Amino acid sequence: MRPDDFKYSETHEWIKYNPKSKEATIGITDYAVKQLSDLVHIDLPKVGDSVEQGAPFGEIESVKTVADLVSPLSGKILEVNKDIAGDLDTLKEEPFEDGWLIRIKPSEPSELESLMTKKEYEEFLESSEEEKEGEKEDEVDEDDFV
Amino acid sequence: MAYRTPLYAAHQSLQARLVDFHGWEMPIQYAGILPEHTAVRTRTGLFDLSHMGRVRVRGRDRRAYLQNLLTVDVEKVPQGKCRYTFFLTEKGTIIDDLILYSDGEEDLLVVNASNREKDLDWMKTHLKGDVTLEDETFSVALLAIQGPRSVEAVRRVLEIDPSALGYYTFGRFGGYLVSRTGYTGEDGFEIFVPAAQAVGVWDRFIGSGIAPVGLGARDTLRTEAGMPLYGNDIDDTTTPLEAGLAFAVDLSKPGFIGQEALRAQGSPSRRLAGFTLETKRSPRHGYEVLHQGRPVGTVTSGTYSPTLEKSIAMAYVPQELRKPGLAFEIDVRGRREAATLVQLPFFRRKKS
Repeated sequence: MRPDDFKYSETHEWIKYNPKSKEATIGITDYAVKQLSDLVHIDLPKVGDSVEQGAPFGEIESVKTVADLVSPLSGKILEVNKDIAGDLDTLKEEPFEDGWLIRIKPSEPSELESLMTKKEYEEFLESSEEEKEGEKEDEVDEDDFV
Repeated sequence: MAYRTPLYAAHQSLQARLVDFHGWEMPIQYAGILPEHTAVRTRTGLFDLSHMGRVRVRGRDRRAYLQNLLTVDVEKVPQGKCRYTFFLTEKGTIIDDLILYSDGEEDLLVVNASNREKDLDWMKTHLKGDVTLEDETFSVALLAIQGPRSVEAVRRVLEIDPSALGYYTFGRFGGYLVSRTGYTGEDGFEIFVPAAQAVGVWDRFIGSGIAPVGLGARDTLRTEAGMPLYGNDIDDTTTPLEAGLAFAVDLSKPGFIGQEALRAQGSPSRRLAGFTLETKRSPRHGYEVLHQGRPVGTVTSGTYSPTLEKSIAMAYVPQELRKPGLAFEIDVRGRREAATLVQLPFFRRKKS
């Protein structure tokens, strides 16, 4: 499901860069959608707004949490997915295609190098899950005393 | 180190998302908060509530003891009846909200998991005469079946018929104490099962196709039903009268802790109110409530309401502003969203 030729960020955005048009389409990964579950609302910026690598460009809300959408690249917004707000289920079904959020003109294409490949992203996910498991294993529980 | 209910392994095998809830490892969700919420509103859902505190009160002087501690007249609660009530401080503010089960020689109190230890300490401090307390929390599991098809579900799965139980009434069926109570605004039952039998009963309900429901949907359901949550909507800075819960307080009964203070309060100057918003952005605990641009309160509970398909909130406001239809604003993370004060509850089930 996760496209091989996309780039990925530690905050679970995906980036599809078109070297011919020099435009980047950005969305959130299946992992992010799964973590949030129960999506109810999304706030996206406007065409013409600027975005900055590492800075929030919107908000996504589930019943229990609100999370920032963090831009993986700096640039200017060319297009915003107008349909997604009214159909958040798309993010569950197709986060990488129909679930795109913004298309931008990157101002610093070299920033792409700081992003992860699919393989790196999946290793990153594995090590974060291991960290969480590790934290759990450190907790002593009553079975340890048997 | 967190406690686990007898159903912990069952939650794991259902791939529940587990969190530490006031010292208990509990399921927040299984399939997802929205589908679980919908299951309860349209069919039935099954909850593990074994983390809630259960205390048996026994002894010759138990009635006088409870009369002093509770806001309801215990002498007027017949065997087999439940009453929603409070433990209050001397100032009339709320230590906990709980349900009394008038059960002959062994009255039962069901208290919030978050307050179990605090409540037990407080109950022990006030012991007088021949009274013993027994904490049953770890030896008895508590399951809830909630939703319009609850009666059928209980009949089919447990082969008992609790349909004759009135609301807030309980009885014993097939060895289990069953009460027609709940925290969802739907018809339903709470079933007390000896811990050793809990997994068997749970599995039978799950096997019959009933959806397991976690604490996430429990919260959205009770908020829609306008039911308060201790720590959010009520706490030791609020009185039952301010919270609109005067029905659970009998100021004319023999003395109880907090009675004087409530009598002195008279008509409260602030009141808990409900708000609906047109946005799906959720107001959350602590967000500012404004009237004509002035801050007048803060959100105590807020959520997206799956049934209303908009966001809802509760907050204390000055009693003179508590007028249904009045326009307010709630500051949701820097943006002021329009809110309308409404009568609680937000949702009322159709009674058949």
